[in-house]
Amino acid sequence: MQQTAFAVIPARASMATALRQSLTMAYRGLLKMRRTPEQLFDVTLQPIIFTLMFTYIFGGAISGNSQNYLPLVIPGILVQTVITASVVTGVQLREDMDKGVFDRFRALPIARIAPLAGALLADMVRYLLATVLIFAVGYLMGYHPRGGLAHVATAALLVIVCAFALSWIFAFFGVVARTAASVQGISMLILFPLTFLSNAFAPVNTMPKWLQVFVNVNPLSHLIAAVRSLANQGQATPDIAISLAGAAAIMFVFAPLAVRMYMRKA
Amino acid sequence: MSLIITQAQTSAAARRTSVAIEAVDLVKAFGPHRAVDGISLSVQAGTVYGLLGPNGAGKTTTVRMLATLIRPDAGQARIFGHDVVKDAHRVRQLIGVTGQYASVDETLTAAENLVLFARLLGQSRREARATAERLLEQFGLTEARNRPLKHFSGGMRRRLDLAASLIATPPLIFLDEPTTGLDPRTRAQMWDTIRQLVREGTTVLLTTQYLDEADQLANRIAVIDRGRVIAEGTPDELKSSVGRSSLHLTFANPEDVPRARAIVEAALGAQATPSPEGRRIIAPVADTSVVPDLLVALKAAGIDITELGVQKPTLDEVFLALTGHEAETADEGESA
Ligand SMILES: Nc1ncnc2c1ncn2[C@@H]1O[C@H](COP(=O)(O)OP(=O)(O)O)[C@@H](O)[C@H]1O
Ligand SMILES: [Mg+2]
Repeated sequence: MQQTAFAVIPARASMATALRQSLTMAYRGLLKMRRTPEQLFDVTLQPIIFTLMFTYIFGGAISGNSQNYLPLVIPGILVQTVITASVVTGVQLREDMDKGVFDRFRALPIARIAPLAGALLADMVRYLLATVLIFAVGYLMGYHPRGGLAHVATAALLVIVCAFALSWIFAFFGVVARTAASVQGISMLILFPLTFLSNAFAPVNTMPKWLQVFVNVNPLSHLIAAVRSLANQGQATPDIAISLAGAAAIMFVFAPLAVRMYMRKA
Repeated sequence: MSLIITQAQTSAAARRTSVAIEAVDLVKAFGPHRAVDGISLSVQAGTVYGLLGPNGAGKTTTVRMLATLIRPDAGQARIFGHDVVKDAHRVRQLIGVTGQYASVDETLTAAENLVLFARLLGQSRREARATAERLLEQFGLTEARNRPLKHFSGGMRRRLDLAASLIATPPLIFLDEPTTGLDPRTRAQMWDTIRQLVREGTTVLLTTQYLDEADQLANRIAVIDRGRVIAEGTPDELKSSVGRSSLHLTFANPEDVPRARAIVEAALGAQATPSPEGRRIIAPVADTSVVPDLLVALKAAGIDITELGVQKPTLDEVFLALTGHEAETADEGESA
């Protein structure tokens, strides 16, 4: 047993090891999801209710009838739900970090990024769940996207990738905040205007000019526009590139920041 | 090439170190409060070292610094020659940590927890499952393997927690209050487990609030008070500094105490300590056969005794003897 002290001891984990450890941590996240299905409400029940509510309440007013509103609102609700779900990632990370088990992760000779990356990777399953449910409910309500399955799948992938990138912001809040409630608070303060002051629920040209300015620069508007043209027309527009560039920029800034703060606390 | 250098450094460090832990003047403050205020320790490999102190003394904070969980504000610590701050990743490969509060995943089962940690430590799926089975068996948790931890008793949690620290068979284990809150039977089991570890060559740093636990398990003990080491030595040295056992006498009249104290000190040939509430005195007794004569002498002096007892020394007495104040457990709002 004593020999362990004499063997070769690496000073840090390699990239491949870090990736493998992150996937193991993601697997832990999935196990936890299976044990606490009530934590999936925000990506299951909630989007179903939203889809039904928005379609039947606003459909007539905005698009003449609910059928015509579906191609507009389904991509909107999709982006809103999945992006909002990425906040929960930060909140749950905070809760998780407060538990004793994170002490053990910190004391293990594993890559420092693994517990963070694992949690964020596991949450991509949540985003996927929400995406599939929203398209399914839309389909049952009569939404038949003309872009076809391949383009719908591409749109779904785009949203999930962007949500993953964005979740690094909330992971950062999760790491620095004192309580889970404050993560929720700050994050919603940012996301509420972003999701509603966008093209998600109504055509932009019906809004006052000053609001249009904000809505048109809002990155979520670009993401929603990209999803609409993919799903409804089967067309890839520059909005895709804009969305992906935004996602990359966010990750570039916030992933290292979140990891650094996590390490400082560890 | 870096590999060769690493190897050379490591074995050089290892040759130097039959010392498992070397800490010098560790300091950690939370706000203005110095939780650890200059603690130095030296722990020989293959031994059990006890950190003994009341709640809030700074034991957990010390362990967390040594286990790379928090950075010291000042001072240095080396684990088998590796600095806990500069070389944290290496240190983590040499230690197992069982924290004061359960450091396993509540929502997962016992088996899932062990497999997860084993996988993180680089074992294949097959190896990880085998490791988990072996440890569940060794710690008597086989029947509970598929139950989520929520339904575990305190003793089972503790055992699983310790099992999780042993996956990589680290040469040094930290055990932070391993038996606090356990019933006597489970405590005895935990003691056996710890002794078994030591027989296999593991070094153990253990914290406890119980003198008898440190006495039973540790080769050396550091008594900690308010973030400082106030005494250090073998259990015997420590106990003989307060007497092997102690005589507790309670008197009917507080006015009798000074007179009684003089008689007691004369009879036992040792210093007696009046307790703060003023009716009791406590004195070390090396040899209990002198007690009857002492009682006769007190009776002859007309001093009424309402209670009498002989006790093994407790942490409280060690404290009273070493510091002149009682062990404070005022810091109940303890966080980590
Ligand atoms: N994270 C923390 N923030 C603020 N104070 C702390 C923290 N951790 C410990 N303390 C304080 O430091 C002191 C020592 O605590 P601790 O090391 O847990 O003692 P012990 O383990 O001996 O009971 C206590 O007064 C405790 O309240
Ligand atoms: Mg403690």
